[in-house]
Amino acid sequence: MEKFMLIFHSAAASAEAFSNPSPEAMQAELQKWNHWIGGIAAQGRLAGTEALLPTGRTLTGPERLVTDGPFTEGKEIVGGYLFVMAADLDEATRLAEGCPALEHHGSVEIRPLMVMA
Amino acid sequence: MADDPAAAVSERLVAHLFRHEAGRLQAVLVRWLGLHRLDEAEDLVQDTLLQALTVWKVHGVPAQPAAWLYAVAQRKTLDLLRREQRHRRLAAQAEPAPAAEPGALFLADEVTDSQLRMLFACCHPALPPEAQLALCLKMLGGLSAAELAGAFLVPVDTMTKRLYRAKERLRAVAGPLEVPSGAALTGRLAAVLKSLYLLFNEGYSSAHPDQLIRRELCEEALRLALLLAQHPRTNRPETHALLALLCFQVSRFDARTAAAGGIVLLPDQDRSRWHQPLIARGLRHLAAAAEGNTASEFHLEAAIALEHCRAPTYAATDWRAIGRYYDQLLHLKPTPVVALHRAVALAQAAGPAPALAAVQALPGLDSHGLYHAILGELYAQTNQPEAAAHHLDRALALTASRPEQDLLRRKREKIINQIN
Repeated sequence: MEKFMLIFHSAAASAEAFSNPSPEAMQAELQKWNHWIGGIAAQGRLAGTEALLPTGRTLTGPERLVTDGPFTEGKEIVGGYLFVMAADLDEATRLAEGCPALEHHGSVEIRPLMVMA
Repeated sequence: MADDPAAAVSERLVAHLFRHEAGRLQAVLVRWLGLHRLDEAEDLVQDTLLQALTVWKVHGVPAQPAAWLYAVAQRKTLDLLRREQRHRRLAAQAEPAPAAEPGALFLADEVTDSQLRMLFACCHPALPPEAQLALCLKMLGGLSAAELAGAFLVPVDTMTKRLYRAKERLRAVAGPLEVPSGAALTGRLAAVLKSLYLLFNEGYSSAHPDQLIRRELCEEALRLALLLAQHPRTNRPETHALLALLCFQVSRFDARTAAAGGIVLLPDQDRSRWHQPLIARGLRHLAAAAEGNTASEFHLEAAIALEHCRAPTYAATDWRAIGRYYDQLLHLKPTPVVALHRAVALAQAAGPAPALAAVQALPGLDSHGLYHAILGELYAQTNQPEAAAHHLDRALALTASRPEQDLLRRKREKIINQIN
């Protein structure tokens, strides 16, 4: 078993479109996420998760340029990440397939962790 | 399902938790910040819910979701007030009087109290009825403008403007956010009950093609009416009479709809599908409604609904009793619509001919779909198929509801077959 980090990106444009959802829509979205992550946990593959709030700032370059907001150049925002245990990259990718961020044209980065032996 | 973590986290997420908590939080924050800062209260609630979504979607729903939301909303509101205080200090302005102790506002009794204050504000008689309903659902029910537009079958833009104007008007007329007391209470409570009654009818009257939306409007009306019954000041006989009526009507909800979404009329309903616990609950409210010597229109409508609930079969319905209640109701509320419903009871108790005469005598209902549907039915029962078909056509043209149209079309076909 290897450890992978799944990082969810949502497109800033869709994040804006989704910036004023109704309470009912938020609950529906939440249930999708709980269902997806709950499913990974049920298979005994969940190794930790964290949420990132959509606020903060970004520090850039030798000039230490400070910009408000967590957006990177590509106007993508990282909403959170989770660690999963999987046999290989293919299996980790399969676990990522159910991520609800994909439905809003977001993406999931699947990265193996380097194990320090 | 303890071995399924997905189910375990979702179990904490009762249906409409976000929607209902949005309503509670809005009421609490508006009471804290004041009615003039309605929009800011709404923004704070939206921020709170978005934060819950961000955190709960990866960590799951906490054991006490409401307490979590209250803590975050309270912190965000305090942050806002502190920032303003700093700005004022920098601008060397006078400090305003300190806000009320906020923590206590989030205690259960106070949350209920805040919602009732909000309910009285939203149902302020200076607001047009459609604005009252929209505000109740927006501020207390947590529905968005888009969802409200869907529920009332108007464009989103129209609903957004309606809400905007309603809020402007509310700020102008509502005065302090409070549950009225003393002499003012009776009139204001009557206005609130009337709004909840209209809200319920909006859902129950089947004008809307989507059964789910209709049901939610009914449930929201029931939930808000139950809040009124919890407060010593609004826990009055007429509140219980309305609650009894709503319980009796909701008890038949499942049996009214066929599997394919069509309407099942009272004579054809499977009475074993009527929800008995709700009928029992309605009876308890009706008993509480009897404490006092007033018979409001809700008392009479509840009594009529109960006669239906109590009849083991359609044939066994006590139409004479129903007719008597309608006579009293017509005395209390002499409108053509009440007279129309009374005629339906009359047709059952005394036959279609006197009922037809009664309906023909009613003025001002020509643009009313139900009027033509009932006329069509009564003409059919008195062997006047041409007139029956004519009125069913008029009724068809006047309803937007798909199931209702299907029903009218079926009736019309039967009559056309008789003519040919």
